[in-house]
Amino acid sequence: MKNSLKLTVGMLGTAGMAFLLMNSPGCRPSTTKTAVTGDAASRVYVAPGTHDEFYNFVSGGFSGQLAVYGLPSGRLLREIPVFSVDPESGYGFSEETKGMLTTSHGFIPWDDSHHPELSQTDGVPDGKWCFINGNNTPRIALVDLGTFRTHSIIEIPNSAGNHSSPFTTGNSEYVVAGTRFSVPMGDDASRDVPIKTYKENFKGNVSFIHPEPETGKMSIAFQIVTPGVNFDLSHAGKGPSEGWFFFSCYNTEQAYSLLEVNASQRDKDFIMAVNWKLAEQLAKEGKGKRVPGKHHSNWWNHHTHSTETTVYEDVLQLDPKDHPGLVYFMPCPKSPHGCDVDPTGKYIVGSGKLAALIPVFSFEKIQAAIAANDVEGDFGGIPVLKYESVLHGEVKKPGLGPLHTEFDGNGNAYTSFFVSSEIVKWNVEKLEVVDRVPTYYSIGHLMVPGGDSKKPWGKYVVAYNKITKDRYLPTGPELTQSAQLYSIDGDKMELLLDFPTTGEPHYAQALPADLVKPREVKFFKIEDNQHPYVAKGEKETRIERNGKEVHVWMTTIRSHFAPDNIEGVKLGDEVYFHVTNLEQDWDVPHGFAIKGAANAELLIMPGETQTLKWIPTKVGVVPFYCTDFCSALHQEMQGYLRVSPANSNVPLSALTVSVDAEL
Amino acid sequence: MNTKKLAGIATLAALITITACGGGGSESSPSGPPGASGPAPSGDAGVSKAQMITAADITLGDIDQAMVEKGRSIYDVKCQACHSTGTNRVVGPGWKGVTERRQPEWIMNMMLNIDVMLETDEVAQAQLEECLVRMPNQGLSKDDGRNVLEFMRTL
Repeated sequence: MKNSLKLTVGMLGTAGMAFLLMNSPGCRPSTTKTAVTGDAASRVYVAPGTHDEFYNFVSGGFSGQLAVYGLPSGRLLREIPVFSVDPESGYGFSEETKGMLTTSHGFIPWDDSHHPELSQTDGVPDGKWCFINGNNTPRIALVDLGTFRTHSIIEIPNSAGNHSSPFTTGNSEYVVAGTRFSVPMGDDASRDVPIKTYKENFKGNVSFIHPEPETGKMSIAFQIVTPGVNFDLSHAGKGPSEGWFFFSCYNTEQAYSLLEVNASQRDKDFIMAVNWKLAEQLAKEGKGKRVPGKHHSNWWNHHTHSTETTVYEDVLQLDPKDHPGLVYFMPCPKSPHGCDVDPTGKYIVGSGKLAALIPVFSFEKIQAAIAANDVEGDFGGIPVLKYESVLHGEVKKPGLGPLHTEFDGNGNAYTSFFVSSEIVKWNVEKLEVVDRVPTYYSIGHLMVPGGDSKKPWGKYVVAYNKITKDRYLPTGPELTQSAQLYSIDGDKMELLLDFPTTGEPHYAQALPADLVKPREVKFFKIEDNQHPYVAKGEKETRIERNGKEVHVWMTTIRSHFAPDNIEGVKLGDEVYFHVTNLEQDWDVPHGFAIKGAANAELLIMPGETQTLKWIPTKVGVVPFYCTDFCSALHQEMQGYLRVSPANSNVPLSALTVSVDAEL
Repeated sequence: MNTKKLAGIATLAALITITACGGGGSESSPSGPPGASGPAPSGDAGVSKAQMITAADITLGDIDQAMVEKGRSIYDVKCQACHSTGTNRVVGPGWKGVTERRQPEWIMNMMLNIDVMLETDEVAQAQLEECLVRMPNQGLSKDDGRNVLEFMRTL
C-alpha cells in the first residue's frame, strides 16, 4: 500500500483512475485469501434461530429506502420504505400512505437516501428512532424503531441537495439539514435570476429540525442562512462542545459550472462552527425573520393508520451577519467531506477528500481563538478563524482521499480512504497511524457501532464500498453493492465478512439489538383503530355508493374476506376497498390484490385498516385474493367482484355466504 | 383420528422447547410457517404453563348480564368472523352449547393460550385436524376471556 502514497494529488480526480491504479501490481491490496484469518467464519456465524448482536441501519442510497442488517452475520432483515414507493407493502400506493410522499412539488415517489442517524439520549443512541435524509427533493424522515416504519417526513424549504443531514444533537433536540446546492431564495422575483449571479444571489442554509419527543412530528425551528457554498457533512458537538454544530463545506470558490475543476482551486475550504444554543435562544427571543418557504410535514398516525399533513408557508431564518458569535468558519484543507467529532467532544476531524493529511481541530482552541478574535478575515461577513490557532494537529500521510471518520471507545479513530481503498486506524490524541487494512473496493462511508456518539460500542468497523467488481458472482452490468465487516477488538483490524447491500450504501448506524427489541410492536390493537373506514368485526362490513364512488368496508381473518361476493359496481365507478385485518397476533398480515389494479397490493398488518383505490376497466367478474400465505386455507382466501355496464340496474350488494349458515 | 401424526407433533414441540430453553441464552422462539400444523411462533412468546388458567381461577355464578354484554361486543370484533353462535362451523366450531361440552378453563385457555393448547392439548389438536386453520391469538386479556365465557353461557 505504501506505493499508493506516491500518487500526486492531481491524479486523484476520478474513481475510474483510482481503480486502475489500485489494480496495478504495486498497489493491489493483498488477496482475500491472505486478508482473512482462519476463524473468521465462526466469528460471524449466527446459528439458525438465534439473533444477531447488533442492528445495522444502512442507507438504501438511490433506492430511497433504509435497509436493516444484523451484525455480525450481515443478514438482511428488512428494507424499510422511506422516500420511495414500495409495491410489496403498498407504501405510497395505498390511499393512507400516499400522503407520506407529498411535498410542495406534489407527490414525489422516489428519493436518494444518504445518512441514517439514530436518535440519542445523553449523546448515546437510544433505539427510539432512526432519521434519514432524502437528498434530491430535500426531506428528512423519522423511522420509528417500534414499528420499523416511516413515521414522519418533513420537506426542507429553501434547500437543494440535502446532503449534510440528518445529524442529531445529543438529546435529539434537533436534527440538521444543510444545502449541498446553494440556490436563490425568497419570492419568485428573487429566485428567477441568472445562474452567473451565484455570488450575489445564491445562498446556502442549515436547518434545525425539531422532532416532538412524544409524537415524532417534525417542524423546522430555524434556518441559518450563509454565503453560497456546498455543505457536505456535519456532526454535533458533545461533552465540552455540546451546544455547537460543525458542518464541512466545499466550493468556497463559489463556482457554478464545472465544479470538478472550478471548485478545487483553493488550498482550503471551511468547516463551519454553529453555536446552536445561541441560535435557539435568538429564535426564542423572536429574532430573525420569516421568509417564504412552503413545505410539508407529513406524520403517520398509528391510531387512524393514515397520514396527517401540515403545510407551512414560511420558515424562520437567522442571518449570522446580524448575530455576532453565531457562526464561524475554520479553514480546512482541500474540499472537506467528513466532519466528525470524537467521543470526548474535544476534537473535530475534517477529511479533505483531495488532501493527503487529516486535520484535527481542538474545540478548546476554537473557543480561545473566538475569545481572542484570532481571525484571518471574513467570508461573506462571517469571521474566518486562523487555521493554526484552532488546530490540534495533522495526521501526516495517512493515505489518499480521506472521506469519513468513526471512533472506538479507546481513543482511536478509523478513517476511510477512497482513493487508496483502505481503512486507517489512528490515535486521536497522538495523531499517529497505528494500523491500516485494505477494502474491496474504494470505500466510501464506514461505521463503528455507536461510532459517532459519546460511547461507541466498538467491536466492529463496517466498510461501505463504492465499487464491487469481482467480489460476488457476476450479475451482468449491474452489480450488488458491497459491505465488509472487520473486527477491531484486537490491535490489528481483521476482515471477517463480505455482504451485499441494496442501493448505494452511504452512511450507516448500528446499536445493540437489546436497545431495540423491547420496543417492538407486534400488532396494532383493533380496539385502538380510529380509521374512519374501520370495520371492527364482520358485522360492520358493508358497501355504500356515493355518486361514482363505491366504498367497501372489508375484513380479513384466517382465511377469508368479508364481504367476498360484491355486485352492483359499474364501469365509471371508483372503488375504495377499506380492508381491516381483524387478526390480533404477531406476523399475520393479510394481503389484498385485485385483478387490473393500476397501483399495487395492500399488505395489512394485524389490527390495521388500509385502502386500495381500484377503477374497473371491463365488464365481467373480477377476482381478488390474499397475497400473503396466512394458513393452510390461504389458497381459499379469495373473492369475486361483478362489474356491470355503466347503465346497469344491478343492485349494490356485498355478502359472505356460508353453505351451512344457520339462523 | 391420526394418532401417529399427533404424537409426532408433540415430540417436535417438546424438542424445540428444550432447545430454546437450553440454547445459550437466546430469546428466540421456535418458528415455523404461520398456519402450518407444527409449532408456530406465539403471539405472546412468554406464555408458559404457569400462566394457564385452572379450574380454581374461575367461579361460575348466576349469569352476569353486564359481563355478557362485554363478552358479546368482544365476540363481534374478534371472534364472529370464524365462530357462529349456532351449532354450525364457519372456520371454527359454532359456540352453541360449548359450555356444556367443554370445561370453562379449557375454553379460557383456548382464548388466552392457544399456542400452548395446540402444543399440548389433544382435544385442541384434534380440532385443528378438523378445521385446519390454527385458531388466532386475538390478544384477549384475562377479563376479556372471562366476559366472552359468560356470553357463551347464554348460548
